[in-house]
Amino acid sequence: MIELKQVSKTFPTPDGDFQALKEVSLTIQDGDIFGIVGMSGAGKSTLVRCINLLERPTSGQVLMDGEDLMTFSPARLRQARRSIAMIFQQFNLLMQRTCLKNICFPMEIAGVPAAEAKKRALEYLDIVGLPDKANAYPAQLSGGQKQRIAIARALASNPKVLLCDEATSALDPTTTRSILKLIQDINQRMGITAIIITHEMAVVEEICTHVAILEHGNMVETGTVEEVFSNPKSEAGRKLVFPEGANIDQFPVADVVRVVFNGGSSYEPLIASLAIDCGVKVNILGADTRNVNGKAFGSMLLGLPEDKNDAAKAMSYLKAQKDVTVEEVPDYHA
Amino acid sequence: MLEFFNSPDVQEQLKVLMDNMGSDIWATLYSTVLATIFSYIIGLPLGILLVTGEQGGVRPLPRPLMSVINFIINILRSVPFLILMIMAIPLSRVILGTSVGTNAMIPPLVIAAFPFVARMVESSLREVDHGVLEAAESMGASPFQIVRKVLLPEAMPSLLTSATTVTITILGYGAMAGIIGGNGLGATAINYGYYRNKVVILYGAVIVLVILVQIIQSIGTHTAVGVDRRLSKSGRKKGRRDASRQVNRDKRTPGTL
Repeated sequence: MIELKQVSKTFPTPDGDFQALKEVSLTIQDGDIFGIVGMSGAGKSTLVRCINLLERPTSGQVLMDGEDLMTFSPARLRQARRSIAMIFQQFNLLMQRTCLKNICFPMEIAGVPAAEAKKRALEYLDIVGLPDKANAYPAQLSGGQKQRIAIARALASNPKVLLCDEATSALDPTTTRSILKLIQDINQRMGITAIIITHEMAVVEEICTHVAILEHGNMVETGTVEEVFSNPKSEAGRKLVFPEGANIDQFPVADVVRVVFNGGSSYEPLIASLAIDCGVKVNILGADTRNVNGKAFGSMLLGLPEDKNDAAKAMSYLKAQKDVTVEEVPDYHA
Repeated sequence: MLEFFNSPDVQEQLKVLMDNMGSDIWATLYSTVLATIFSYIIGLPLGILLVTGEQGGVRPLPRPLMSVINFIINILRSVPFLILMIMAIPLSRVILGTSVGTNAMIPPLVIAAFPFVARMVESSLREVDHGVLEAAESMGASPFQIVRKVLLPEAMPSLLTSATTVTITILGYGAMAGIIGGNGLGATAINYGYYRNKVVILYGAVIVLVILVQIIQSIGTHTAVGVDRRLSKSGRKKGRRDASRQVNRDKRTPGTL
């Protein structure tokens, strides 16, 4: 279990001190896939680097299974780092070594004999799906393949935790999805806790169980993905979950309601049922729904018809649906 | 034209040139290779320290210490190399018991060259991507492991390219050492060509020097590019072309005289 307690980090700059993190507290349970999101500059990379002390927090505690890393000697810290693996946006492979030797690297550092290291490296190569790239050099691989080798290298130290610093930000959407699936697979099969830093909500939706939202160094919201997606409480959270938000063009409608889907099955056609069962036509003014593991999260803006009776019928139909929250939007404009 | 080559004076000069050629080439190569090796023995660790010892580096050292090291290197780099070599002659007397001859030139050459080596090594090491160093640190590597397994190997192509520049520079310094009592092609060119105005010997010695430099250049570039795993086959061809252009650029604007 990883706990960050009131972690702050200040950087001295020519223009004065810059506070990258302001008393951030977090708890990550074993086996979680924990997402940390925020806009660029929110402090996400600094935060993840505080977990393995690549950046030393200015104050606060970093507890790994109850022990504060801040109190460790350099040698003990190096030992601890061997069970925390990290992958990076720019992969950071050793370009002058073959892929196999890259995967052997953490084992070399830990003093594993060469023959055993090679054997294990070939296994990890298999796990990430690149068995034929053992003797290739990183320069010959595509971005997605490089990240896979990086993941294999991360697995080589038998870590308990995998830190992913914007690991998919340099990859195209399809490759991103396959890398995320790989991380999810590793988490489920090997029980490795994954901490995923990203600025893309889509990444969080895809595999995370929990999420924390950072803004300007502050932790503004945290919880399970379902909680935060269905009901983002903070401004930053709403901006991330509903990026379309209130940017809707003006339409000549009477009342507007926001319908929030709280995870009911995506397969029940709400709007169509409204039209067929109640005979009421509504205008879909905007929608921001996502499909997370077969459940619908997100919201829709519906323009109710001008006829008061129809509008009332629609409202009560919507309110009667389970897993759906209805709220009136009094006066929105673009 | 042929009459020029048949005149007794020119014939005599050519004879002197060819008689000395063997020992000259040997003396030049011998002192260049030895001086390069010793300058690297001192300069390589220094260059590594310059990079690892800074704040935010692999193994930070106290700032005053870093300032002193940088200061000393800067001073040595500022003194024109010929003057530096002259100042280092007493060192030859102490170590070797003599201040003239091929061996006696090596300590001054090393003193003049090692700061240059340190800066070249520093520059090559700085080219290594910080992300890779960070990754190694995140895996629990000690500073020594990072230097040995990451910093030096990843910088190897650049280190080899700068070593080629260094060798050729030392060759040039060694040629000038003829003024202060050394041996070799440069000494022959100066002693006969400058002091005794034997133009044919001068040009002859210079031509051989140029050939030597081209050979060293080719070997160096070939090796540096051949070793670089970031290049594909076609990348290697281009790399050889580009690397030799870069080194030639370095030669034209060397660090000191």
